[in-house]
Amino acid sequence: MDLLNALVALSNFVLIPAIAYGSQLALGALGVTLIYGILRFSNFAHGDTMAFGTMVTVLFTWWFQSKGITIGPLPTALLALPFGIMGCIILILATDRIIYRFYRVQKAKPVIFVIVSLGVMFIMNGIVRFVIGPNDQRFLDGERFIISVRNFKALTGLQEGLAIKTTQGLTVITAIIVVGVLFYFLNHTRTGKSMRAYSDNEDLALLSGINPDKVVIITWLIVATLATIAGVLYGLDKSFKPFTYFQLLLPIFAAAIVGGLGNPIGAIAGGFTIAFSEVTITYAWKKVAIYVLPEGLKPDGLVQLLSTDYKFAVSFAILLIVLLFKPTGLFSGKSV
Amino acid sequence: MTGKQRNIIYFGFVIVLMLATGIFTSWNSVLFIINFGLISAVMALGVNLQWGFAGLFNVGIMGFVALGGLATVLVAMPPTQGAWTAGGLGILTALLMGAATVAFAVLAYTRLTLGKLRTLIIMGILISGFVFYRVVFDPAVDAVEAINPSLEGYLGGLNLPVLIAWPIGGIFAAGAAWLIGKTALGLRSDYLAIATLGIAEIIIAIIKNEDWLARGVKNVSGLPRPAPYEVDLQNDLGFIQMTGKLGIDPILASTLFVKLVYAILFIAVLAILFVLLQRAVNSPWGRMMRAIRDNEVAAEAMGKNVTARHLQVFVLGSAICGIAGAMMTTLDGQLTPGTYQPLRFTFLIWVMVIVGGSGNNLGAVLGGLLIWWLWVMVEPLGLGVMKFITSGMTEGYWLKKHLMESAAHMRLFTMGLVLLLVLRFSPNGLIPEK
Repeated sequence: MDLLNALVALSNFVLIPAIAYGSQLALGALGVTLIYGILRFSNFAHGDTMAFGTMVTVLFTWWFQSKGITIGPLPTALLALPFGIMGCIILILATDRIIYRFYRVQKAKPVIFVIVSLGVMFIMNGIVRFVIGPNDQRFLDGERFIISVRNFKALTGLQEGLAIKTTQGLTVITAIIVVGVLFYFLNHTRTGKSMRAYSDNEDLALLSGINPDKVVIITWLIVATLATIAGVLYGLDKSFKPFTYFQLLLPIFAAAIVGGLGNPIGAIAGGFTIAFSEVTITYAWKKVAIYVLPEGLKPDGLVQLLSTDYKFAVSFAILLIVLLFKPTGLFSGKSV
Repeated sequence: MTGKQRNIIYFGFVIVLMLATGIFTSWNSVLFIINFGLISAVMALGVNLQWGFAGLFNVGIMGFVALGGLATVLVAMPPTQGAWTAGGLGILTALLMGAATVAFAVLAYTRLTLGKLRTLIIMGILISGFVFYRVVFDPAVDAVEAINPSLEGYLGGLNLPVLIAWPIGGIFAAGAAWLIGKTALGLRSDYLAIATLGIAEIIIAIIKNEDWLARGVKNVSGLPRPAPYEVDLQNDLGFIQMTGKLGIDPILASTLFVKLVYAILFIAVLAILFVLLQRAVNSPWGRMMRAIRDNEVAAEAMGKNVTARHLQVFVLGSAICGIAGAMMTTLDGQLTPGTYQPLRFTFLIWVMVIVGGSGNNLGAVLGGLLIWWLWVMVEPLGLGVMKFITSGMTEGYWLKKHLMESAAHMRLFTMGLVLLLVLRFSPNGLIPEK
């Protein structure tokens, strides 16, 4: 019984949050890794792209809510999501047309692209703050829990409760669908194959008649979609604050690099690696330990390896370890 | 127009800009802008050394600046009574034990042969080391933080003159840079960017959360100053007589005088660093650095140790940022870890370097002064613009309210725009590399 309680506590505080967070990171890292693989630079504006897409979604959600349009137990944000994606796509394509294309034609060095993306980051950050302000925004509605602690306890008679938030369930389901569609697209459609060919060897792809402009546009479309979905899921699960999205850049990059930059499967693996390490290392294990350990060994303290404020340090430490021992990432990515 | 004439025009423009700001606002606020502009110029020099002369992409400037600030507290504040006996030694022992653990693990990794046994031994060393570390560390920290928590609750500093903190800040930043450079340099360029981005966040997290070190988000205020206090000046007979002769109000004069003292100190530091950098850049070493930047493969074929040179220049540039950080905390008179934000302390410096002209020290200084002025003035200017745009709207109209409130966020947008425009139309910056 104690072991079961420990397991429930573990799922409630570690496994479920980490899976949800990992899915969000994986979607973000997929965007970063696609840009790296096809456009060949690290996009520092990715966090703020996520913030922009989420902001549009939030605005539409509020509008729907004010009109009384909801979708029952599910968050209204799901209904607004396509509009958010559209808004993000428009912004991203405009950015590419006005800013990035110039450097692509010039064949500028990757690091110039990175600096340009810093400028884009500033502007996107400015737009988001300008429109919605720098504060926390909540846009979650509908049923809050799939299983609440009270129901779970009543159902099982266990001492420990287990809660699954709607947003957590939603995150995982959406992530699975999105990743499935993305991989089908990359591996089985003509356009997806041409994208992979372009990523593997640009010159060869051009020689075989692949239209680079089309590949770039498709990439941005996918990236905008992924970024908005990742941002909205994160915002529903936690809350929407522009600065937090900027800070997400670090774990997202860490996930993409740990998995191997330019490698989509690596991005997913990296996302979960980072999420699980962050959550397990900053979780106070006291509750689980009390159930598992024998009477005499009960811990006095929280049994927390690091305080939650150091979660960035965790993703960073993992990044360093991977860089030291396997510089191309777990699933070998490419290097420039 | 020769380069020299153009530079004179640029710097003349900056002087006119400052004078105009002084006439339209107040001399105190101009000196405030100039002081921070000088500090920004020092930071820009450091980044320019890394980027302009070696092509290293450092986005962790904020962390090195914060380390400089930390140095100010550790050097200049008086030690907390009883903190060292209560827990200081315990903390020190714990930290040494932590370092020893890592050292042993590294030793085991290098000396033992590959295999399951080695993995087990290393895991054993790390886990037992961590447990012992926490057992010694936690009670010591609690003891230190329990001492007069509303005012102290930290170890305090060494009670040395605050100016000594400036080079120490540089050394702190250099140490952190060495650790990062050792792991991330020599890998591909993006990794250094991510690694520096990460280390900056971690340094800030440590300073925010380790209360025993510098009180964390509770801030350390009342740092000793290298300049006299305004109140003392106002009570000083000689000073009052002097202001009487000049015909200035003594209170205004005292505030201006203090800011001027800071400005002179900052100009001195800036000048020294500038001369040293100019000499370094024009020496054979500087030529070698540019050769490496322009073609790493060729330079390596010529027998230059590219990774070692990169590490060297990365450490030096970060040290300059550390010095600037110590200067800034000294000017503020307090360490406020909560105010360190990457957009302000990392990316803004990048805008300065790019706009000023990467690869040119004079350009970095110009960019520092000019962009800092813009950063401060965008808010009042933006407010003015918004007032003009909304002048036709009725009072209390939601759009007017929103626009007026949002004017404060014009800063980031403007900075991004300036950066992109310069990159596009004048990629070498205002004062290009020779």
